[in-house]
Amino acid sequence: MGSLIFRKNDVLANWWGNCSAILGSVFGLLASSGVLIFGSTFSLKLASSLPLLSISFKVDKLSAYFIFIISLIALVASVYALGYVKHYYKKYSLGALGFFYNLFLAGMVMVVSADQALFFLLVWEIMSLASYFLVIFENKKADNLNAGSLYFIMTHLGTAFITLPFLLLYHYTGSLDFSLIKEQIGAVSPLIKNIIFIMALIGFGTKAGIIPFHIWLPVAHPAAPSHVSALMSGVMIKTGIYMLIRLLIDIMPGAPLWWGAIILIIGAISSLLGVLHALTEHDIKRLLAYHSIENIGIILLGLGSALVFWSLGMKPLAILGLTAALFHTLNHAIFKALLFLGAGSVIAETHTRNMEEYGGLIKLMPQTAFFFLIGSMAISALPPFNGFFSEWLTFQSLFSGIMSSTVSVRWVFVLAAGALAFTGGLAAMCFVKAFGATFLARPRSQEAEQAKEAAPALRLGMAILAALTLIVGLSAGVVTKVVAGVVNNLSAFGSAAPAFYANALTVGLNNNFASVSLPLIFIGLVLVFIAVYLAVAFVSGKRKIKIGATWDCGTALNSRMEITATGFARAIVAIFRGVLKPTKQVGVEYRDGTTRYFPKASSVELGVQDIYHTYFYEPAHLLIVKISEKVKKTQGGNINVYILYILVVLFVLLLTVAI
Amino acid sequence: MSIIILIIQLALVPAMAPLFIGLVRKIKAKFQNRTGAGIFQPYRDLRKLFNKDEVISEDASWIFKFAPYLIFSVTLALGASVPLLATTFIAGFTGDLLTVIYLIALGTFFLALAGLDVGSAFGGFGSSREMTVAALTEGGLMFSLLALAFLAHSTNLFVIASQISALSFFSLAPVILAFAAFIIAMLAETGRFPFDNPATHLELTMIHEAMILEYSGKRLALIEWAAANKFLVFLVLGVNLFFPWGAAPAVSLIGIGVALLLFFMKALILCLFIATLESVMAKYRYLRLPDLLFTSFILSIIAISLII
Repeated sequence: MGSLIFRKNDVLANWWGNCSAILGSVFGLLASSGVLIFGSTFSLKLASSLPLLSISFKVDKLSAYFIFIISLIALVASVYALGYVKHYYKKYSLGALGFFYNLFLAGMVMVVSADQALFFLLVWEIMSLASYFLVIFENKKADNLNAGSLYFIMTHLGTAFITLPFLLLYHYTGSLDFSLIKEQIGAVSPLIKNIIFIMALIGFGTKAGIIPFHIWLPVAHPAAPSHVSALMSGVMIKTGIYMLIRLLIDIMPGAPLWWGAIILIIGAISSLLGVLHALTEHDIKRLLAYHSIENIGIILLGLGSALVFWSLGMKPLAILGLTAALFHTLNHAIFKALLFLGAGSVIAETHTRNMEEYGGLIKLMPQTAFFFLIGSMAISALPPFNGFFSEWLTFQSLFSGIMSSTVSVRWVFVLAAGALAFTGGLAAMCFVKAFGATFLARPRSQEAEQAKEAAPALRLGMAILAALTLIVGLSAGVVTKVVAGVVNNLSAFGSAAPAFYANALTVGLNNNFASVSLPLIFIGLVLVFIAVYLAVAFVSGKRKIKIGATWDCGTALNSRMEITATGFARAIVAIFRGVLKPTKQVGVEYRDGTTRYFPKASSVELGVQDIYHTYFYEPAHLLIVKISEKVKKTQGGNINVYILYILVVLFVLLLTVAI
Repeated sequence: MSIIILIIQLALVPAMAPLFIGLVRKIKAKFQNRTGAGIFQPYRDLRKLFNKDEVISEDASWIFKFAPYLIFSVTLALGASVPLLATTFIAGFTGDLLTVIYLIALGTFFLALAGLDVGSAFGGFGSSREMTVAALTEGGLMFSLLALAFLAHSTNLFVIASQISALSFFSLAPVILAFAAFIIAMLAETGRFPFDNPATHLELTMIHEAMILEYSGKRLALIEWAAANKFLVFLVLGVNLFFPWGAAPAVSLIGIGVALLLFFMKALILCLFIATLESVMAKYRYLRLPDLLFTSFILSIIAISLII
């Protein structure tokens, strides 16, 4: 945190800020692994002079799991930042960056370990505000300031919705301590619980980025420096997921059926719409941000099915669902951070986020391209990377929901599985587009032609994450066991056995419905690949390879003839025009203004309409304005009327007290 | 024992695949009143291509060079993980339904990247179209197979094959529905009418051919062969999952022989059907394809609703 002191000296501030972050995250990694392995719960309580507020931490396995994810990504992001922030030297205050960066990390760790509602809200605000300052870090661009304001407003709207459930809980249980609330939860009536659920879903959902509360996410994440985007997208939005799990499964167990069903529906909508919006983007970081919404949707599918199973008393399957959700949380953190770091490296070289101005970078930045490719494959759920496995687990929990005859909301599961199936295909398409437009074909701008390979620190950060996607994928069995241990550590599940088995080689369901072995698939593919390669070399090894030009139909082929990111996805936008509402604006400039026969230049602007603004926020805004207009009439400025109001209120109050 | 089946299939699928392509072409030729090339012509084409020099674009990166090998390997792995010869359970290997679907996606992913790599306008549009169709096919393909999985209480393709053959005749209604959905998905995945014309190089319509336009020599041979393998894999899925009668329940030489013979006859019928379809109907307009794909998805949903 001392980086503020060094703010005058860029280099020193950079090293101090990021090294302390690295140290902190190494410590976080070690501590959380300790809790995960030994299973001991660690808690710390400090009294404070303020009433109701006590600084209390409690780290059980669930918290430790999230601390582990936060520290892991923070560690890699900090290594990356050592090299990445160099291009801010002399432009922006690196001391401030280091300070807020560390504050942000500390805030996130405290959020997932806080054990007291007021303290939680405090650290939640620290996290949100620190990230707000990181979003507006590049404060010379007006766009970033706007993004920051939107983020600021949305996150506080979320906080308002979060505060209410805690107040309600305090009202009915008389405590703000999570553990005490949990003991007293019987005193809360189902109706209040339902209200708490809805409030919490909106509040934490805003942070997690569920549709339609996601509008800040694709605006704010791209604005921040890339390593911070990686943390925000990979980790910060997961704190919303963490609190949903903590609140709905740990603190208020016994969710009614419809809670899970609602979460499943939201998950299905978020995942499908998230990926569709991602397809329409040509800003690489916005594209990635929309994919975060998609992946949050997938996590919610796991969580929702867990809640449904729990409410029906099918604990083994509930463990399956929650394990899928938590596993995907880890996986998404890894590959999304990898992709953001990759995008950051590209942006640092080309100074633009517009994918239409990239192209051909695989020859100039081969290693970055390779890491980005691995991230793309992982997020597209292609075997044998980690994304495939957690999506496989999510699918299994959804299939189990469809199959069990006792589940009355089976149709929701069918819908959710269908959404997930389409999401997988569309995600693959989106990353063919992202990778192809960025790295393949020929450069489409001057900057892209002059790009150089990213600095060593950047490559190291990406390499670690790329290796992790493969390692986690191949050791999915072992990781599943650990995650299942985290789930079983929650008191709601106790010692219930999960509905699946996991060993180093295979993971499968106990009823033999399905099993998968990523190591075997990987080894099989590698062996077959080598055999094919050798066989082909044997058969036609003597044949020559000539290097020629791409077939150009007799014209000179230039980079404007390549397909663009927008063009690549235009068909799918047309197919889903019902939800995406594509827009097209054609402008023609004429040489002869009056007769309009000889066009000079024409421009086409393709885009999509923001349906959330048009159909959700705009009406809400109008409604509020209307109500305010009505309320305004009561404020006539006449003293007598105000006295009448006071009298009426007094009367009503007396009446209620009397009753 | 199952490891032997695995290795036999690994070799058998690529060995048989071009034959079925030749068969379909021959039947189509008959429809068009042509004699057509012999059914072994695809083998000769492959031999010719493997013995030719190669031209690679100067804009191509390692993705372009690497993709054919990977795509071909993926189809081999797929060939080994579908129930072609016997319904013996191969535990833990790739016989899982989701794995098979995502392995198919892995091949498509790299094919589309290779199409983008050389920077020609054709390749780009081919990739865009291929990914659009593939993304929308995934739902129908997965759910049509899933309907069977729910009938068999397992997503392992080998178990499905053995369970479906034990079903009574009257419980076949959902299987037929799912089969209709599967056929649509199969036509889309293997680039057949009404989705794509495997015999055209017309810029306006080609999908698969547009992506591989820049390939030549051994890499083109690999890609063509991989496409043939994929076609065979889908034939196996269509025939042995939906109509699995005759596949050997245990491993024995006679059993496998009979199974192979039966498979040939059933696959021939399916090829005849596809060739007829290609001869009597026109290609759909590109933006109408999603209607067909959503139909496939809805048909499988109906099939599933009949089962659960």
